[in-house]
Parts: sequence; structure tokens; C-alpha cells
Amino acid sequence: MNYHWNWHIFFEPEPSGTGTYLDMLLSGLVLTIETALFAWIIALVFGSVVGVARTLPSKFAAAIGFAYVEFFRNMPLLVQLFIWFFVLPELLPRAWGLWLKQLPHAPFYTASIGVGLFMSARVAEQLRAGIGSLPRGQKQAAIALGLTTAQTYAYVLLPMAFRIVLPPLTSEFLNTIKNTSVGITIGLIELTGEARSMQEFSFQVFEAYTAATVMYLLLNIVVVAAMRVIERGVAIPGYIAGK
Amino acid sequence: MMFANFDFDVIRRSLSYLFLEGMTFTLTLTALSTLGGLVFGTLIALMRLSGLGLAGRIAGLYVDLMRSLPLVLVIFWFYFLVPYIGQWLTGAARPIHVGAFASSLITFIMFEAAYFSEIMRAGIQSISKGQPAAAQALGLTYGQTMRYVVLPQAFRNMLPVLLTQTIVLFQDTSLVYVVSIPDFLGAASIVAQRDGRLVEMYLFAAVVYFIICCFASFGVRRLQARIAIVR
Repeated sequence: MNYHWNWHIFFEPEPSGTGTYLDMLLSGLVLTIETALFAWIIALVFGSVVGVARTLPSKFAAAIGFAYVEFFRNMPLLVQLFIWFFVLPELLPRAWGLWLKQLPHAPFYTASIGVGLFMSARVAEQLRAGIGSLPRGQKQAAIALGLTTAQTYAYVLLPMAFRIVLPPLTSEFLNTIKNTSVGITIGLIELTGEARSMQEFSFQVFEAYTAATVMYLLLNIVVVAAMRVIERGVAIPGYIAGK
Repeated sequence: MMFANFDFDVIRRSLSYLFLEGMTFTLTLTALSTLGGLVFGTLIALMRLSGLGLAGRIAGLYVDLMRSLPLVLVIFWFYFLVPYIGQWLTGAARPIHVGAFASSLITFIMFEAAYFSEIMRAGIQSISKGQPAAAQALGLTYGQTMRYVVLPQAFRNMLPVLLTQTIVLFQDTSLVYVVSIPDFLGAASIVAQRDGRLVEMYLFAAVVYFIICCFASFGVRRLQARIAIVR
């Protein structure tokens, strides 16, 4: 091997002069977390609405939900980001398109919304499965008590379904974190992007990617540990997961 | 109007490039990665289930590592690592030059093997204990038991999941864009930037991916329904 390892590179100043290479990677990590959280909120909100729609008695709502999920699931995330970033501003009326293009932090918003919508289709499928796994009697009992459809969902079905699908939702959140790295293609310099820049500036390819790898692993461990605590806190008594 | 200066001709002009070069690359990469990923994934799954402590733990660590990293980062890793691995394997004096296709194929096989191994592990674990026990009673060796009894059934039971993962893999191959390899999306992007026709080319690419994936997932659903009836 004629590769020259230099692990001290992290403490050397990076070319733009605002700090060391380590600071650069850490700021990328922060951006990854911010993008992932913003995307996750969008995924949860849209995913919940669509997931519920797919289980409603209304054929129309179910069809809309089905179309939504198929739309966002059947295109690569990268293509979806390109559509939001490059195509959408051109198709809107001129003034709006211009406003979109001049928006500060456009890659951040585009990546968050793009990843969020992409993940919302998966959240919807998980929630639908969760609602579907509940015994029929729960819904029937709610209706027999005179609850409206909205009340049935709000007080009976959703509190159960969300707790049941918490473990798969944890993996979807981890996927959201990983998917933010696709934002690199529209100029979002998150953790993978910063590692890439560090590699280009310093030529220390493997140190840069090793550091990014370690940071992703730590992030994963923190999220999994936090979700375990939440899972224990909201476990349904009487189920295997409960006490 | 929104589509007033939509140029269909740029799509027509580049069709042969997009499909003969780009889509051929994408489909070949998808097919060979699925095959390689499945073979390595099955081996990893067998290692984890073998009860050999160290081998099982190494396989488990590999799977967890791959599954915690974004594919984009893994693509960068292998893009730079493969020339050094090649140098190490061949004993060459300097890192060897690896072509775009070989580099991305190795990346996707190594990455997808982790995901396929989890599917195959679930498939193997879904086989009832009586099956390998009966095979052993008949005098089959471990290898024969796996090859003729357990793996065919595990593969069959997991076929819909394996195919769904292949659709995901097909979509994921578009990420080779980050190292400027012209797959289908890369080809579309090259034309888009050359002719200044981003809207047309990216919308066209989206439609093509959408149609292919819709048909494929429809096929998987039908297959799932048919398999469900048999059992």
C-alpha cells in the first residue's frame, strides 16, 4: 500500500479557514440531524394522514391514499429531489419560480421536503399495517358506543396503532437519516458531503470517510437507544412488549 | 403556459443513447448485483445461523455496519477503496484502475448482500425444524441439507420480498450519479445539461422509472397472491 495515513488531519485547519477538518465534519453532522428531523416531521404528518386515509371506509379516500403511496414509492429518491429542485421552479408561474430559486438554503428545504415526502409513503404503509393489525372488535365497539369515525380514530385506533408500529417507525427514522445523504446531489453539504469535501481538499480519502462512518454509527446508536426508552414508556399493557 | 416550450424532440433525439447506454447499464447492474448480493447474502445468513461463534459475529457486524450507513457514503467508500483492494489482490505496484461498471457492481453486491442476507435469514428461520431433522435422518450432509431442502424452500417463501428488494435496488442504482457514472439517470442528466433541457429530461426519467417500478411491483403483488394460494 502506498497510501499515506494521517490521522492528525482532523485537527488541521480546513481551507476556508473557519476551523479544523473536524469542525467541518461536525457541522455536517448537525446539518444531517437538522435535515433528518425536518424531513421526519413531514413524513410523520403526511404519512399519518395518508395511512389513515387508506383504512377509511370511503373508497375515494382509500384510492387517493393508494395513488399517493404508489407515486412516491415508484420513483428513485434522487429523481424526486431533481424534480423538486430543478423542474418545479420552471413549471410554476415565473414569479414563483424565481422566488423559489432565490430562496436561501434552497437545498436544505428541498432535501427536507423531498426526503420527507418520499418517507411519508413508507410511514403511511406502516401505519396502515398497524391499524389493520388491530382486532375488528375495537372499531366495532367504538362505533357501538356512538363515536364518530373521527373520534374512533382519535381515541381508539390511532393510540393503539402508533404504539404497535413504533419499532418499524424507528427503522424508518434511521432510513430518513441515511436518505438525507442523497441531498448531496442538489448541493446539501451534510455529513457525507462534508466528508467528500474534506477528501477533495486534504486527499486523506479514508480518514474522511472513516470519520463520517463513525459519526453515522454513533448517530444510529443514539437514535436506537432513545427509541427503546420511548418504546418502553408507551408499551401497551397486556401485549408481549408491555409489562 | 407551463408546458408551452416543452421540447419533446430532445427526448426523441436522445432515446437511443438513454436506453441503449443508460438503461442497459442500469438493468445489467441491477441484475448482476441482485445475483451477487443474493449469493453473498445467503452465505452471510448461513454464517450467522451456523452457530460458529466468531464467523457468525463477524457476519452480524458486517450486516449491521452496512445497514447503518447511507448508500451514498458506501458508494464513495468503494469507489476509492476498490483500486487499493485490487492492488493488494494482484500485488501491483500502485492502486489499479477499475472501470466504472466493475466499481459500481462491487459496491452494490457488497451493500445489497447485507440486505439480502437479512431476508434469507428470515426465510431460513421460517422453515420448520422437522425439515433439516428429516434431512439429517436420511443421511444428508449439512451442505446437502441446505442445498436440497432448506434453501430452496427459504428462497421460495421469500421470493416476493427478494423481488421487492430488487425493485429498491433498481431505484438505488441511480445513486451512482454521485461518482459521475452514466446509468439511465446519469445519461438523462448529461443530455439535460448539454442541451439545457432539465425539465424535459428529468420528467421523462421520472416517468420511465415510475412505469417500470409500477409494473414490477404489480407483478410482485400478483406473484404474492399466487404463492399465498398454494400454501
